[in-house]
Amino acid sequence: MSDSPLLQLRGITKTFGSVEALTDVDFEVRAGEVMALVGDNGAGKSTLIKCVAGIHPPDSGQIFFEGGEVHIHGPKDAARLGIEVVYQDLALCDNLDVVQNMYLGRESNRFQILNEAAMEHTTAATLESLAVTTISSIRQPVATLSGGQRQSVAVAKAVQWNSKLVILDEPTAALGVAQTEQVLALVRRLGEQGLAVVIISHNLHDIFETADRITVLRLGRTVGVFERRATTQQAVVEAITYGAPVKVSGIPAAPEAGGEG
Amino acid sequence: MTSVDVAGPGGPAPGDAVELRGIAGLYQRALFNLRTGNLGPAPIIIGEVLVVALFGFTATNFFTAVNFTNLINEMVGTAILAYGVVFVLLLGEIDLSIGYLAGIGALIVAELQLPGSGHQLNGILAMVIAIAACAAIGGVQGSIVAFVGVPSFVVTLGGFLIWQGVILNKLEQRGTIIIQDRWINYTDSYAFSHFAGFLIAAIITALYPLSVLYKRVAARGTEIARVNWGAFAVKLVGIAVASFGTVAIANHGRVIATSLGLPLSGVIVIFFAILLTFLAKWTTFGRHVYAVGGNAEAARRAGINVPRIRVLVFMISGATAGLGGIIFASQVNSVALTFPPGNLLLNAIASAVIGGVSLFGGRGEVRGALLGAVLIGTLQNGLNTLNVSNGWIYIITGLVLLGAVTLDTVAVRLQARSGR
Repeated sequence: MSDSPLLQLRGITKTFGSVEALTDVDFEVRAGEVMALVGDNGAGKSTLIKCVAGIHPPDSGQIFFEGGEVHIHGPKDAARLGIEVVYQDLALCDNLDVVQNMYLGRESNRFQILNEAAMEHTTAATLESLAVTTISSIRQPVATLSGGQRQSVAVAKAVQWNSKLVILDEPTAALGVAQTEQVLALVRRLGEQGLAVVIISHNLHDIFETADRITVLRLGRTVGVFERRATTQQAVVEAITYGAPVKVSGIPAAPEAGGEG
Repeated sequence: MTSVDVAGPGGPAPGDAVELRGIAGLYQRALFNLRTGNLGPAPIIIGEVLVVALFGFTATNFFTAVNFTNLINEMVGTAILAYGVVFVLLLGEIDLSIGYLAGIGALIVAELQLPGSGHQLNGILAMVIAIAACAAIGGVQGSIVAFVGVPSFVVTLGGFLIWQGVILNKLEQRGTIIIQDRWINYTDSYAFSHFAGFLIAAIITALYPLSVLYKRVAARGTEIARVNWGAFAVKLVGIAVASFGTVAIANHGRVIATSLGLPLSGVIVIFFAILLTFLAKWTTFGRHVYAVGGNAEAARRAGINVPRIRVLVFMISGATAGLGGIIFASQVNSVALTFPPGNLLLNAIASAVIGGVSLFGGRGEVRGALLGAVLIGTLQNGLNTLNVSNGWIYIITGLVLLGAVTLDTVAVRLQARSGR
């Protein structure tokens, strides 16, 4: 694990009309670490990752990636940096097959004519490297896949592009117990492979099984950053519920953000 | 990375059938397609055979070579419009302006070829300008949909009224504009020599095995390169019978002393079917159209420029409307106030929908629109030769449309049930 953060956000503010979704938020994640992003509904978790993904560029604040300041104006900018997001609703096209979804928006082509063979070979290789074996045909529409299979396609899609940072929005929300365990194992493995992983979840049990650090948002502000090994679920719950805003400047977490031990 | 199995339950995924070969594989695949709501062109081809058989037995003038070429000339314009409708429907949008936009295309061509008008142009140039103008109009309508966010139903309903008004203003005083330019009139009246007709049939028949061969070679070792030879044989024979049969019957036709042949319009309709299928299935643009229609938000997040796709699709719709309009005008060598003929707009949309293009976006193919137009054309032509009243023709067309959409809806529900 390197010490300098791969992604660092400073003073991110984002408003929608009169609603201030994010106020002066700081956030960071290092390569090889799994950073959990938690908070109650409406805390601004999704908005924050959308700022990073280029879906909603922030109104003010700075984004640093690999030490340099970057401006992310769209999903393509984020992809170019090596940032991939797996959304809660998976962002898959049900009518397209697995290969077509894996290459959505960046189809392999020559003079705009699709190179289906190359795309199919790479997709098969990626799924194999992730040991996703239950999909019988990668040419079947995603609509015919089970929830777990869809999740694996979405994760594989994110990993395929030599990404440096993978953001997972509620990856286990729709899954049963066994599949949840498998997805969490995959998340840990992504971290072990040297990727920076941000995982958003409501489920503190999941978080404590996978994350190295935990950032808590409340009402659009950062209220704490916790080392997983040095904290308890109780402390994190208190931060989610009552936490007061803090300015984050690296680790360890600001201790005033809850009475953690 | 070691074994991390993140795939969930849901039983064995359907698709095992892909492995099977031969007749058994064909049967398995048909069952799989039925189960997943992917009916393909089978129902409509069966419907077409039934309709032809029915009229063959009941209508005395239906089974003549002359009526056959008439049928081709009648359905071509509708089919071309329906191709554009396919792209619009793939996005989950609608274009109600195409009927009168076809009229605008015909009007521009008629105006530009007018001898002694001071701005007379070569017929081919006039057609290019007319189609480009219709594409531009489609682009404007599409821009309002894509950038402003006005529903396409409203924008194109506005277009429907506006272009109807323009045609009224232009033709109310003038009455009819006669089209004399032979190039324009050729689009619906030129017939190939018997030999050329068979040559074209051979080329069209050869295209299918060539495309399969190309996939086998270019995509070696992938699933798309896998061929079910049973299905291949059935399709190849079907295409050969259809194209050679069409030419043979057309060559047989004789009006007084002139021998007929394969109409150019028939070749135009096939040419654009192939061209637009290529665009939809083999290019990044086509892939993005399907993606936007399937899940516009996913497409946007994947970095696809969704407004650009929308505008381009409405431009295609405008261009095909213009071309279809020119073909309709050349059918009667003129543009009159009665243009566009009959229920052009609704026939075009019905053709695409009967051909299996979903109104909810993301599902359908160009060939479906061709088959749908052939079915509607045959139905209406056959009922005409039976001297059935227009009222009944509308009622029967409506029932066929209703039946096709019901089938489509049931298919979609089957597909939803087979997943997850």
